[in-house]
Amino acid sequence: MFGDYSLGDLGSIFVMQGFAGLILFSVYVLMALGLAIIFGQMGVINMAHGEFMILGAYVTWMTSNFFQSYLPSLFSGYFFLAMILAFVASGALGMLVEWVLIRHLYKRPLDTLLATWGLSLMLQQAYRSVFGAREVGVELPQWMLGSLHVTDSIEVPINGVFVMCLTVLITISVAYVLYMSRWGRQVRAVVQNRIMAGAVGINTEKVDRYTFGLGCGIAGVAGSAFTMIGSTGPTSGQLYIVDTFLVVVFGGAASLLGTIASAFSISQTQSTLEFFMSGSMAKVLTLLAVVGILMLRPQGLFALKVRK
Amino acid sequence: MSDEANKGLLSPLRRKLLMGMAAVPAMTMLPRGAFAQAPATSAVNTTGLAVTDTEVTVGILHSATGTMAISETGSIQAEKLAIEQINAAGGVLGRKIKFIQEDGASDWPTFAEKAKKLLVNDKVAAIMGCWTSASRKAVLPVVEQYNGMLYYPTFYEGLEQSKNVIYTGQEATQQILAGLNWIAKEKGAKSFFFIGSDYIWPRTSNKIARKHVENVLKGKVVGEEYYPLGNTQFNSVINKIKLTKPDVIFTDVVGGSNVAFYKQLKAAGIDLSKQALLTISVTEDEIDGIGGENIAGAYACMKYFQSLDNANNKAFVSAFKKMWGEKTVIGDVTQAAYLGPWLWKLTVEKAGSFDVDKIAAASPGVEFKGAPEGYVRIHENHHLWSKTRVGRAKLDGQFELIYETADLVEPDPFPKGYQ
Repeated sequence: MFGDYSLGDLGSIFVMQGFAGLILFSVYVLMALGLAIIFGQMGVINMAHGEFMILGAYVTWMTSNFFQSYLPSLFSGYFFLAMILAFVASGALGMLVEWVLIRHLYKRPLDTLLATWGLSLMLQQAYRSVFGAREVGVELPQWMLGSLHVTDSIEVPINGVFVMCLTVLITISVAYVLYMSRWGRQVRAVVQNRIMAGAVGINTEKVDRYTFGLGCGIAGVAGSAFTMIGSTGPTSGQLYIVDTFLVVVFGGAASLLGTIASAFSISQTQSTLEFFMSGSMAKVLTLLAVVGILMLRPQGLFALKVRK
Repeated sequence: MSDEANKGLLSPLRRKLLMGMAAVPAMTMLPRGAFAQAPATSAVNTTGLAVTDTEVTVGILHSATGTMAISETGSIQAEKLAIEQINAAGGVLGRKIKFIQEDGASDWPTFAEKAKKLLVNDKVAAIMGCWTSASRKAVLPVVEQYNGMLYYPTFYEGLEQSKNVIYTGQEATQQILAGLNWIAKEKGAKSFFFIGSDYIWPRTSNKIARKHVENVLKGKVVGEEYYPLGNTQFNSVINKIKLTKPDVIFTDVVGGSNVAFYKQLKAAGIDLSKQALLTISVTEDEIDGIGGENIAGAYACMKYFQSLDNANNKAFVSAFKKMWGEKTVIGDVTQAAYLGPWLWKLTVEKAGSFDVDKIAAASPGVEFKGAPEGYVRIHENHHLWSKTRVGRAKLDGQFELIYETADLVEPDPFPKGYQ
């Protein structure tokens, strides 16, 4: 297939394809981070993850409408405020859900699957009733559209770069919070041994609630960022949920590094294969590879050594 | 059948219709009993349908919940509007239309179940419904078994024909060929890149388009790509498009993927005012989600645009907005759904009966002059003769009409040489 193209053409395509892979990588990390915290640290199988993302997207849409109507002069910067609001809204809803639903199910992790799946259906219908069944179009400020013109044939999408920067920022913050801060130590203590953690004076209920809230909040930010590249509708969250679980499970549930490594390998495989064959076939081969590797390493790429 | 012959056949009917219409204002002033002038129920309903002396019941069967609600909401709205207008004009054979709405919930077995409920329990005289081909294929055996009448609004892949279905949208050759001819002639297009969602409609449509490009237009298809439904990442295929530099990108991506595709196309620096893109899957409804700024400049090929400049359409658009809100947009399928109740009414009046067998037999040749898209007529194969149009997407989310076929295009659900 490359016979007809000049070396220059090919070179720039490889560069652009590399970027495509990196953007996909960032998207995967961003959508999986929240779940990695909830599933990895708490063992809750959160099927409503996609709906928390879409809440973030709807918050972004509302913020954009608000700025257009009342503060058009500040419109170019609304996105940053929207992301913060998305974090707060999804995080708050997450904490509420934890208090009402999840905390009763910590001893029955498989039931969380069913409960959160029901929650996702309820949220979808709620979005449909409140915002309408049709998709909404989120208008972006001008500077976030279009591409950076590197050379005549290399163009880098600005929204892709934006997602990449955001992903790096959030990953670093999450890593800091989980591994360096006092609160992160408490979270890990609760994960390792809930009873002992309680005995040494950690308020495990509070830690649980905030952890779940943090995971959902990050999902909200991801949803907000994805308004740049995808659709915003009541069921859009469903588009992400399978890939998200794939990344988290493949990476090894309790490991942040595993999530990143897994997102990297899946996204690179996917985008390289997509270039050489049809999109559907690429997906099939990627999934086959993941299944094969999980058969050899059921605990995922990176797993904590646990004494059984 | 030639036009002349058709008109000849229909003229007694038209006279009757005109007389009926003239009588409408008078009838509304008469007391209730005056409806007895309408033909007796025993004469117009010999098969036990839900028809009384004053009412006739039809079913509306679409997804009001689930992932397809995005698309099917417009169809529900259009059908309700048509029924209300028909009732305001005196109903069908002197009977008001009452509707029972069922929710297919974006789930194909549910569609079949609800269709059966409408036909067996409610004995509806007709069903306006279905949207995806999958839902139609699920409902088809039910309407055939219980001898119902389905009015199906969506443009679809063809390869189907049933006594019990009237297809008010276009089948694939009707929709695609004229658009390809136009873009080949107008833009001198020789190379095409196909990209679609991975299911039956895009695959069949692209197969037809490929045959047409290769055999008739003597052009070349430089790429043909399919992505799973709901896919949100198109950067790789966009790179492939950049590499192959096609004259035309031909797309039938659907649903949420559409939004991702156009946003990423724009982000990758592909300027649709320079790169020709022809889509058969984006109507005004979809642009609502995509955002006008992401798709402005693209060409769409279908039979109806909200911006069509004719008296029927203006009246339709203003009635639709009055009923459903100023902000609602009307896409191709919504208009086709609006035709369903009207075509049914006209056919019932032509047949002089609500019996499904008589309606099925009377359907060929029924013409609807008040259609927003302009004159349409039912073909022997139960599809519609209709014009095909090319529109160009504008920033405000509307299409500007660029081209329309001079004549009605014949529906050809089993196209020879395209399979």
